[in-house]
Amino acid sequence: MEKIGVYVCHCGTNIAGVVNVEEVRDWTAKNLKDHGVVISRDYKFMCSSLGQELIEQDIKEQGLTRVVVAACSPHLHEATFRKACGRAGMNPYMCELVSIREQASWVHTDKVAATQKSKAILSGGVRRVEYHTALEPLKVSIHPDTMVVGGGIAGIQAALEIADAGFHVYLVEREPSIGGHMAQFDKTFPTLDCSACILTPKMVDVGSHPNITLLTWSEVTKVDGYVGNFTVTVKKKASYVNNDTCTGCGICWEKCPKKVVDNVYEAGMGIRKAIYRPFPQAVPKYPVMDVDTCIYFEKGTCKACEKFCPTEPNSINFEQKDEFLDIPVGNIILATGYDAFDPHRIPQYGYGRLPNVFTSLEFERLCNAAGPTGGNILLRDGKTAPKVVGIVHCVGSRDKNYNEGCSAICCMQSLKFAHLVHERTGAEVYNFYIDIRTPGKSYDEFYQRLLEEGTHFVRGKVAEISDAVRLPGEEGKLVIQVEDTLTGNQLRVPVDMAILSVGLEPRADAKEVAKLFGISCSANGWFTERHPKLDPVATMTDGIYIAGCVQGPKDIPASVAQGAATAARVLGKIQQKEIALEPVRASVLEEKCSGCRICNDLCPFNAILFHEDKMVSEINAALCQGCGTCVAACPAGAISGTGFSNEQVLAQIEGLLLLNISEDAVPA
Amino acid sequence: MTNNKPFEPVIIGFTCNWCSYRAADLAGTSRTKYAPNIRLLRLMCSGRLDPTFVFKALANGADGVMITGCHPGECHYLEQNYKALRRFQLMRRTLEGLGVDPRRVKLVWASAAEGAKFAQEVTSFVEEVRALGPLNWGAGENGRVAEYQSTPQEALA
Repeated sequence: MEKIGVYVCHCGTNIAGVVNVEEVRDWTAKNLKDHGVVISRDYKFMCSSLGQELIEQDIKEQGLTRVVVAACSPHLHEATFRKACGRAGMNPYMCELVSIREQASWVHTDKVAATQKSKAILSGGVRRVEYHTALEPLKVSIHPDTMVVGGGIAGIQAALEIADAGFHVYLVEREPSIGGHMAQFDKTFPTLDCSACILTPKMVDVGSHPNITLLTWSEVTKVDGYVGNFTVTVKKKASYVNNDTCTGCGICWEKCPKKVVDNVYEAGMGIRKAIYRPFPQAVPKYPVMDVDTCIYFEKGTCKACEKFCPTEPNSINFEQKDEFLDIPVGNIILATGYDAFDPHRIPQYGYGRLPNVFTSLEFERLCNAAGPTGGNILLRDGKTAPKVVGIVHCVGSRDKNYNEGCSAICCMQSLKFAHLVHERTGAEVYNFYIDIRTPGKSYDEFYQRLLEEGTHFVRGKVAEISDAVRLPGEEGKLVIQVEDTLTGNQLRVPVDMAILSVGLEPRADAKEVAKLFGISCSANGWFTERHPKLDPVATMTDGIYIAGCVQGPKDIPASVAQGAATAARVLGKIQQKEIALEPVRASVLEEKCSGCRICNDLCPFNAILFHEDKMVSEINAALCQGCGTCVAACPAGAISGTGFSNEQVLAQIEGLLLLNISEDAVPA
Repeated sequence: MTNNKPFEPVIIGFTCNWCSYRAADLAGTSRTKYAPNIRLLRLMCSGRLDPTFVFKALANGADGVMITGCHPGECHYLEQNYKALRRFQLMRRTLEGLGVDPRRVKLVWASAAEGAKFAQEVTSFVEEVRALGPLNWGAGENGRVAEYQSTPQEALA
């Protein structure tokens, strides 16, 4: 006979505030003793070291063979209690954690019903644990190489940390150069240090690091495998330039006759050529050919770049094809960043219709010495300096019609813009804000500095930006219509330039990328972390980590910190050399298998092998991911799934249904 | 006395480890309230759902079964929820053949981010099953014995 110990947690008042823990304890002791329960205890915090010791002591002194803990979700503390059991000499998989917090006390208000349900959940666990078997974790080796997807500041940081520790990194970037959004900025808040000055040394480090293979102009098309043993297929798009011979001299793009508006790096403010390098400090230095705009690809003639290429042999190669590389890696870091909100979606702000309405990214390019105006803040005509500038906060953020969340960086970004306008043009600046949010190191001090500089702050959400003249003084101006909610007055503020501080949004293809890597997106499209507080850089999928804005809007310091954090996690995994995987796997009982092959086609991981000679199927434990679909499908009952066997599930169903709800749950 | 109380159905909910169980967890951490009539059972994947489990639950006294999994295309195991969907269709037909209203079994997709949706689906399914009334299927020999339904404590004592 099994000896089962049951431990009911109060979780302070989290459980005990709704569920009558003592009643659950006593009910279990009395009614489940026929199912092997020999001890039933409650404790304030089972997960505390004293709570764990209680279990360990009982295992040692009372000779418990199985343990059921009724507490929180197994996703939180299953490992804790398994380890405790393991310390006391019990096989850790003989322990079952059932959730009476997330599934009872936190979601029900009726105390009687919640207590009744807790008893049912607990009896399900007790019945189930009877059929647990001793398991050993599966050991798999970890491939020491890592792939970082996305070459913005978060990805750069992650790649450098791992490479500096002596391990190889593949850095994949969609654009022709790494650098991401940060490369587009002029100054960074609140220190106002030059973005390029602090970023480009890191970019150069990446480009020249012996441990980094840089794959720009490349995209991930397929991900196979599991933690420690991924195979990632990367499409290296044809650049039509041979990087082995190219010196990056720049003659090809000088001679290219085709001018194209640069919507990526210059945010539509500048032009590039059909063959181009997005900016002078680009890493790598080699240009790429944009086949959609190249005259040769359109009309079959031109090849100016090839004619003028000075290298020997010629570096331009119109025969180049896309390459597909299969790269084995142990871990993957996703740092694919964000998209800036497109303010065309708010027509009343006039973006795209009124020339002097700018987005924040456009304004960054205006400020940048390498930008289209050489760093001069000018109106769209490229000549006139503005005398009055209005900066609109929260464009596309904190707005039920677009994105409900706060984009975290726009307040500081807007304050930075206000300062730059002040400093460079002496113009009067109005900030239109809902709330000023400056919670960062030295951020609020920067806000105070702006207040002292004489920037006007108007608290109110801008209703409209228009060029319709209603009052004298509005001729030739943009008029910002807003209610000053501090005074209750409607204001019409005439300005020369309006800057829309646009929010951050998940990448347009975030959902597809999540699917590709087998991780999940929250409802608003940001990738979901394993735990919102305690594990912000891991995902639910082992071996895949997230860093930077892909996880949610954040500033540069936070992105860098996350990049470094993912690197630490990956290095930890690599150093272990092998890791233990959950032994939840399916296996075929050979003598029961009829060789019908129904299971063969059900496995998406090709883990099931059919032996023609013996006419039986076999499951490769290393490839099996443990979903259990084949177990459910086998008509002969020949496949068993460890951890979730038929016996375990059926016993749990019986246990869950031991109690009716109608007689006892509703208070009389 | 029993007759004066509204009928409280018992529902067994099958959840997958990656999406819907985490949706239930999220409903918990967000303190989203739902009807207490459901009792959840975690599988690794909705593809693990052997139709036997559903019949067992109904035979053992459940009045309804809610099967939940990741949204189509978002399965942690790539496509196994589609297999659950196929089995679900077959299961409903089989149940109908056995004289059980197929509305007693429901399939719900819920991602790990949809705690509120999970809670709302549970509550509405409880009402749907309440409207169908008690199943009392298999009460007797192999099912939950009749005494369990009146006085569970006594029956177990």
